[in-house]
Amino acid sequence: MIRFDNVSKSYPRQSHPALRDISLEIEKGEFIFLVGSSGSGKSTFMRLILREERASHGTVHVLGKDLARMSNWKVPQMRRQLGTVFQDFRLLPNKTVAENVAFAQEVIGKPKGEIRKAVPQVLDLVGLGGKEDRMPGELSGGEQQRVAIARAFVNRPMLLIADEPTGNLDPQTSVGIMKLLDRINRTGTTVIMATHDQQIVDQMRKRVIELEKGRLVRDQSRGVYGYQH
Amino acid sequence: MRAQFVLSEIGVGLRRNLTMTFAVVVSVALSLALFGGSLMMSDQVSKMKDYWYDKVNVSIYLCSKGDAETFTKCAKGAVTEAQKTAIKADLDKMSGLVEKVSYESSDEAYKHYQDQFKGTPMASSITPDQLQESYRVKLKDPSKYKVIATAFAGRDGVQSVQDQRGILENLFALLNGMKVAALYVMALMLIIALMLIVNTVRVSAFSRRRETGIMRLVGASSFYIQTPFIMEAAVAGLIGGLLACGLLGAGRYFTVDHGLMLHEKLNLIHFIGWGEVVSKFPLVLAISVLMPAIAASFVLRKYLRV
Repeated sequence: MIRFDNVSKSYPRQSHPALRDISLEIEKGEFIFLVGSSGSGKSTFMRLILREERASHGTVHVLGKDLARMSNWKVPQMRRQLGTVFQDFRLLPNKTVAENVAFAQEVIGKPKGEIRKAVPQVLDLVGLGGKEDRMPGELSGGEQQRVAIARAFVNRPMLLIADEPTGNLDPQTSVGIMKLLDRINRTGTTVIMATHDQQIVDQMRKRVIELEKGRLVRDQSRGVYGYQH
Repeated sequence: MRAQFVLSEIGVGLRRNLTMTFAVVVSVALSLALFGGSLMMSDQVSKMKDYWYDKVNVSIYLCSKGDAETFTKCAKGAVTEAQKTAIKADLDKMSGLVEKVSYESSDEAYKHYQDQFKGTPMASSITPDQLQESYRVKLKDPSKYKVIATAFAGRDGVQSVQDQRGILENLFALLNGMKVAALYVMALMLIIALMLIVNTVRVSAFSRRRETGIMRLVGASSFYIQTPFIMEAAVAGLIGGLLACGLLGAGRYFTVDHGLMLHEKLNLIHFIGWGEVVSKFPLVLAISVLMPAIAASFVLRKYLRV
């Protein structure tokens, strides 16, 4: 599903590389926690998978394709098979819940009939049935994140990338979001989640990948959070 | 891609950015009106050239009685019959150069003069013997005027050789100068228009970076992401282009037909017709759409990378 081979990434005008010589493999259907302090390279790791950045050295394979050799115009095709969720939700404030989710389908040219069917379905899945016509501003943080997850999942991606999805939520709400991500994972979607939330990592007992100053320092199946920050 | 979705995005974009859009429309309209105007000016000049070069002659004025005191060349008095025949014979020999030679007597010249200045004090101020007899020479190639001038100027009985084309040339030079000036102003306006378009598109892309960011993440093609912005620029440009066409039409209407009424005041000039005005519209409109669209796509390549 995802393979990093001796991947390094350095940004111009920065003395230290963001990632150094990372090699790892992520299989289909896995649930991965990506942990590490701020500036450890988690964001760069995710940006490389989304091909928002290119590796300086080494190769990144996503869904069997070498991203370095992928031409720019094919990138959108690849991204349609990935879903992304962020700490700050990134919803469109002037669109309703249903419109926000439908937007992800509209912009890739899905037919209207299909959208009308898929949107209520996925909103039911994330537990927002009946809130289709609400505006994001009227919802709680947890509910907004559910909308974002619905949007990321509505196109049934192979891989869901979540960058600190619970970072802005209280512990109880976070548990709900984690249950939802777990459910999505059980449908066969690979989930990669960057997080600082020790409790969640310790509870879930999934594979943990830890980065420190750009180096891979731990790759443990059924791991715990493990370090103090 | 659904047209309705794209169209609504364009409408929202243009309204959000109303002042900038207005600036783009006005600058595109002015620059293209100047562009169309200079095209019309060249048409006008070539039309006048066609018309007048056909009519103008090289005139060989012969000495009259009254010229003896004022022109040293005519010191020997009026032209003699023998001189006239010699001149005519020489002109006839130059058949490779000369298309037609006609003779105008003093009386005929006087008649033309009277016709031209009918009803003015000028008409009665002159008598037939003050006007020279002349040979009116029509050249096959009007630019070969020098040959005639050197051959006949300074000959006995010839007062002067005049190329009427020279008079027109000054007028055409003036019109051409106006055209060139219009093109320079146009170039300047065009640069302003381009800079405004670039800035408008940039502001527009910035104000919608949330939407475009999400579009990128869910895998919308860059074509899909960029089209609303490009269309926005193209629509603003098209409005400017339509205004430019309106300005061109109004320009002709108010200078030639009404307002200044040049067609009555300058009835010797044949003005370009409406057909020539309208024939500039497609080019003006095409530029008004393509220029902003191309400029926008260059800007977006930088600001909306995948």
